[in-house]
Amino acid sequence: MRHLLSAADLDQNQITEILDLAEEMALVQGRPVKKLPALRGRTVVNLFFEDSTRTRSSFEIAGKWLSADVINISAKGSSVSKGESLRDTVLTVAAMGVDALVIRHPASGAPWQASRWIDAHVLNAGDGTHEHPTQALLDAFTIRRHFRRTVPDQLNFHGKTVAIVGDITHSRVARSNVLLLNTLGAQVIVVAPPTLLPSGIDSWPVLVCTDLDQVIPHADIIMMLRVQRERMSGGYFPTPREYTIGYGLTRPRLQAMKPGAAICHPGPMNRGLEISADAADAANSLILDQVAAGVSVRMSVLYELLGGAE
Amino acid sequence: MSDLLIRGADLVSRGRSDLLIRNRHFAEPSEADGNADLLDADGLIALPGLVDLHTHLREPGREDAETVESGTLAAARGGFTAVLAMANTDPVTDTAEAAEHIAALGARDGRAQVVPVGAVSKGLNGVELAELGLMARSNAAVRMFSDDGHCVWDARLMRRALEYVRAFDGVIAQHAQDPQLAGTAACCHEGEISGKLGLTGWPAAAEAGIVARDVQIAELTRSRLHICHVSCAETVDVIRWAKQRGINVTAEVAPHHLALTTSEVLSYDPTYKVNPPLRPHEHVEVLREALADGTIDAVATDHAPHARHDKEHAFAEAAFGMLGLETALAVVIETMINSGLLSWPELVKRMSIMPAQIARLSDQGRPLTPGEPANVILIDPAARAVQNRDNSASLSRNNPWHGRELPDPVVATIWAGRVTYQKER
Repeated sequence: MRHLLSAADLDQNQITEILDLAEEMALVQGRPVKKLPALRGRTVVNLFFEDSTRTRSSFEIAGKWLSADVINISAKGSSVSKGESLRDTVLTVAAMGVDALVIRHPASGAPWQASRWIDAHVLNAGDGTHEHPTQALLDAFTIRRHFRRTVPDQLNFHGKTVAIVGDITHSRVARSNVLLLNTLGAQVIVVAPPTLLPSGIDSWPVLVCTDLDQVIPHADIIMMLRVQRERMSGGYFPTPREYTIGYGLTRPRLQAMKPGAAICHPGPMNRGLEISADAADAANSLILDQVAAGVSVRMSVLYELLGGAE
Repeated sequence: MSDLLIRGADLVSRGRSDLLIRNRHFAEPSEADGNADLLDADGLIALPGLVDLHTHLREPGREDAETVESGTLAAARGGFTAVLAMANTDPVTDTAEAAEHIAALGARDGRAQVVPVGAVSKGLNGVELAELGLMARSNAAVRMFSDDGHCVWDARLMRRALEYVRAFDGVIAQHAQDPQLAGTAACCHEGEISGKLGLTGWPAAAEAGIVARDVQIAELTRSRLHICHVSCAETVDVIRWAKQRGINVTAEVAPHHLALTTSEVLSYDPTYKVNPPLRPHEHVEVLREALADGTIDAVATDHAPHARHDKEHAFAEAAFGMLGLETALAVVIETMINSGLLSWPELVKRMSIMPAQIARLSDQGRPLTPGEPANVILIDPAARAVQNRDNSASLSRNNPWHGRELPDPVVATIWAGRVTYQKER
């Protein structure tokens, strides 16, 4: 694997390989000494054009536990306002002899552009409102573990239904999850008010529903998306209250869930808005498992990109 | 200046003939004496020089991206003998002095006639009228006014502008983009691809809605309205309706909107970031038909040079626009002539006669007959070449045709009797 830019870059076998390796990496996290020598001498740069403490530290720990040299570069602020082009920034960092660039950018497509300019491996750590493939992988990792509690050798997600609820239009988590879950065989249902459904959604491999209550009893996984502050003032829905009543995972909806179904949220949560405290802290909530999975999955991905022979 | 005798050119509807140029005008070929310079046009078609209603020459302000000299050299290489220079320079062309400065730069450095377009509003602010009358009365004799790059969104300002310019036969050229439906972040046609790529969409309704409003205002004010860079099928329907109703509206289409589609954006290559955006195939088809049937009157390039570093940002942050002057005729030949949609006389109408009439340029878009100004191009319609962005007169390299094979028609361009471009053969 040269780059990881999109969840669509991965077929079912590659996903399974990454998730299986992530299970092995997870074992390291239980040890007193957490280091593996796998990426000794390799340099990974986290090039973040947008703040993200969680994703950045997750990549940083993943790289360090694999013994890579990890450097964080914050390039926050529009490159246009700084006077340096994206290409110059990326070439400058790459010129330092970097093996992999982990890029987070507020504009969609930036990692694609970077991958055409440099030789280093490029890993998309979230680009604008486009994709976030490692988030989808860690979600799949968490969901697979959940399914394996009842069926220990569960390989793919055939016959399973995953509902993704919220701001689909502006969500990179949703785009990557739709692609990855579809590859794994799940039936994805996206649920949102029509103002938060992207144009062209009819061509996506999903079912579309604007009524959450219709979907709740059928889903094996309910994945709630964060409502960004700027959407609340952007006229996408009248009030937070109306959003919660229509699309929040409230206590009655929690109770209407199918037995054995579980809850995911990529975080950070707006408790009381898209998810009630009851749902966030419920026994069937996988939200903390998702966070824990982040490091193992990112170790696995870094190893897949950099671990092979030169 | 000695006489120039063009020998054996194909004059399309009038068969093969010689053309004699004397004192910047055509003269009877029989009057040629032995001292005339000769230009062999065997196998070449002679057409009136092309007129471009829509260019950005970037001078003053961004001379690193283009100058009047480099831009008009690109124009000459593309077969143009006149270009209109949009007002969004720095400073903005919103006074008589600024307009005269552009005209003077053209007179000094131009390889084609340079005609300034005046801003509709001061500093393109969309609030107060610029000094339209003074620009019209200036030595630059401005007749076309546009806030291009910005939509004149305030309906009252649009009404006043349309009314006001009627006094001097002016025309308001509207950049139709409802800023509420398609704001500055909108960078991709709103549809399947924008949704997939996570790019902010620019719906067709944002263009057609403004045009629907403006043709009503043009009817109300009995004024001349021109629609810049029509990009979608919905707008074509509105213009067709308005013309049937007798409203005084004309429209232009850019060559890239006749050929390129939203799919180009899939690579996130900002070369293909343009405003209005590239639209899906079905819009392209409608635009071609509308250009063929005359609903769209003219082809205009929207030539928009940008320094490389202004294009090498993330897609959403990169500058809008693409080069067009050197490739416009090639693209129109490929999409309209080679497909049988347009005849050569119709092409002349769309790229020379109509744009000259819309801009009220009396010396342009004229027939190639004795007494007329000698603006003529010689073209080889069969020649083809692979486009190379590094082989350009423009100072910029944002050429969307780079690496593609296109017709390579222009052999010579003659503006006011003087050869402004001649291909090495």
